[in-house]
Amino acid sequence: MSDDTVVSNDATPTVFNPAGVRVPIIQNPLFEYLLRLGDDRLILGHRMSEWCGHGPILEEDIALSNIALDLIGHASSMLALAGTVEGQGRTEDALAYFREGVAFRNALIVELPNGDFAFTMMRQFLFDAYSVLLWDALSQAADARVAALAAKSLKEDKYHLRHSSEWVVRLGDGTDESHGRAQQALDALWRYTGELFDRDGVDDAVAVQGIVVDHAALYARWQGIVADVLRRATLVMPTDGAMRRGGRAGRHTEHLGHLLSVMQIVARSHPGAAW
Amino acid sequence: MADTGLEASWPLWEVFTQGAHGEPFAHAGSVHATDAELALQNARDVYARRGEAVNLWVVPATAITASAPSDAGPFFDPGNDKAYRHPQFYVAPRGVRIF
Amino acid sequence: MDKTTSAPIDDLAHVAAFDARIAAGESIEPKDWMPERYRKQLTRMMSQHAHSEIVGMLPEGNWITRAPSLRRKLSLIAKVQDEAGHGLYIYCGTETLGVDRQELTEQLLDGRAKYSSIFNYPTLSWADMGVIGWLVDGAAIVNQTVLAKASYGPYARAMIRICKEENFHKRQGYEICTVLAKGTPAQKAMLQDAVNRFWWPSLAMFGPSDSNSPNSAELLKWRVKRKTNDELRQRFVNLTVPQAIALGITLPDPDLRHDEASGDWHFGEIDWAEFFEVIAGNGPCNRERLAARNKAHDEGKWVREAAAAHAAKHAGTPSSAAA
Repeated sequence: MSDDTVVSNDATPTVFNPAGVRVPIIQNPLFEYLLRLGDDRLILGHRMSEWCGHGPILEEDIALSNIALDLIGHASSMLALAGTVEGQGRTEDALAYFREGVAFRNALIVELPNGDFAFTMMRQFLFDAYSVLLWDALSQAADARVAALAAKSLKEDKYHLRHSSEWVVRLGDGTDESHGRAQQALDALWRYTGELFDRDGVDDAVAVQGIVVDHAALYARWQGIVADVLRRATLVMPTDGAMRRGGRAGRHTEHLGHLLSVMQIVARSHPGAAW
Repeated sequence: MADTGLEASWPLWEVFTQGAHGEPFAHAGSVHATDAELALQNARDVYARRGEAVNLWVVPATAITASAPSDAGPFFDPGNDKAYRHPQFYVAPRGVRIF
Repeated sequence: MDKTTSAPIDDLAHVAAFDARIAAGESIEPKDWMPERYRKQLTRMMSQHAHSEIVGMLPEGNWITRAPSLRRKLSLIAKVQDEAGHGLYIYCGTETLGVDRQELTEQLLDGRAKYSSIFNYPTLSWADMGVIGWLVDGAAIVNQTVLAKASYGPYARAMIRICKEENFHKRQGYEICTVLAKGTPAQKAMLQDAVNRFWWPSLAMFGPSDSNSPNSAELLKWRVKRKTNDELRQRFVNLTVPQAIALGITLPDPDLRHDEASGDWHFGEIDWAEFFEVIAGNGPCNRERLAARNKAHDEGKWVREAAAAHAAKHAGTPSSAAA
């Protein structure tokens, strides 16, 4: 599911890799890697926060807000560390509010609009299952800062996974209507799941620095978790087709631009102001 | 908008939290949920998100039997004439450690 | 919930005993005997309070996606989440009086129930987030601290929990205002504009003078209300004017002056005609607020049904947690 041809900006300096393919030189792979971790959670947290005040029942409004808070908290920590690693004085706010869409490194799945509650929960579940496994792996990272953030985030993500998987089960094995919506959501989201397990030059570069994630193993375990929950939910796992990707290289869907317009407008309207 | 019978069945659960290990559980409030797992999660999100609890119980409100106010006299009268229930009623010999 | 059916003579004895309990400062609990009127007034008062918390999520929720820093984003989500929680605590308290939350929700959604007037005003700039925390939560705190000793047990207990959480809301709001007040000229102007729009509606939140308020006398007698509307409003003004002075903003009241003798800040006339129009459903955002709540409720119906259907299918089997 990953290949050696990486999409790159024309202006990026390139080099031939051992396989004879032209690939971009990655200036600061740890910075790039942390952006991915941070942007995934910033964008997903932002999407979750759109539910505040509009949830299907009061208790769920509170639950969704909790998830949004955790994710944005994780993002804030990741982006703060990214800024430190970049070494150019950019804070987490500078990174969140003053980058263009093409500079964001989140996976496409998190930027998709919320859709209905089934789409939101299904997307959350598919991401949570991946995130829990990823944090588990990253808790062993040689970089103590990354390992510490991973360990803390893992605790909270386990609770998210519990929440989203229980909802997937209730929607899948609920009424005919909820089952239909859940299956539809799953079918629409499946093509975005492959990107989560892609491996590229950034992953190879940070592996050298002691941040090692076995993507194939991660993917296999993820499939196990997903299969188990889908079975309980009486849902049919879609067959793998062509996967949508590009987020890790800044090639996003049209949704991200609109999301950022809203998210960044106040900050950008008052450059240099404190809040 | 008329509600179907299905939707109306989000029953009430009472929530009890334990502030720290070893402490008694105290009534914190209630939540609505369709089943125990959701009730537990809702209770945690509503009553324990500030770290106020290390443990939670959720109980369907219908499972709780409460004393009625009219029971107050017979049930709870402290009976100040029943001193034999209290340690002070008993005299220990001087110089002897009871415990 | 039991309803005591008794002869008139028993009722008189019950009423006398009830009044004595109130006078002695005792807490009335859900299964205790209470006059029907007490039950009705409490239900009305508590449900209005709960509705206000829920509707109150909307004007602030409006700016969550545009919060200009990650710290502000987190704080605002947490605040709106707390408001949902407060609504929930009070709805649960109201249910102890024998009414279902479903029924209360329906009353709000079809416009029969009232909620606090202030939430029918739109939030037009980021500064509104600071001003709402400072003025609106500030006003709510003045009201609520007194309610923590209300005669009805479940209400008092809900209020104690709420007051603990409310403190962070007002501080968050005032902090936003302070930063804006010390900021760029555009930020200062944003803050002043927000204050200009929210000052008078915040004063009106306390309700009309008690001589114009039909419910006040009874509620005071029953220790559900402890101070008059005017007393609470004056307390709020006295607390808030020095805070405004510290911010360096001007309150939009040319008649505002300090009375040395009483220590009170005297203020101008409130436009009660506007207040009653807003209460009657003709404020700037009434329709939008109810439309948003109805939309959430309608679109959530299939979700609520799904959870209930799942539970019915699996009743009797031990629930298993995932992962």
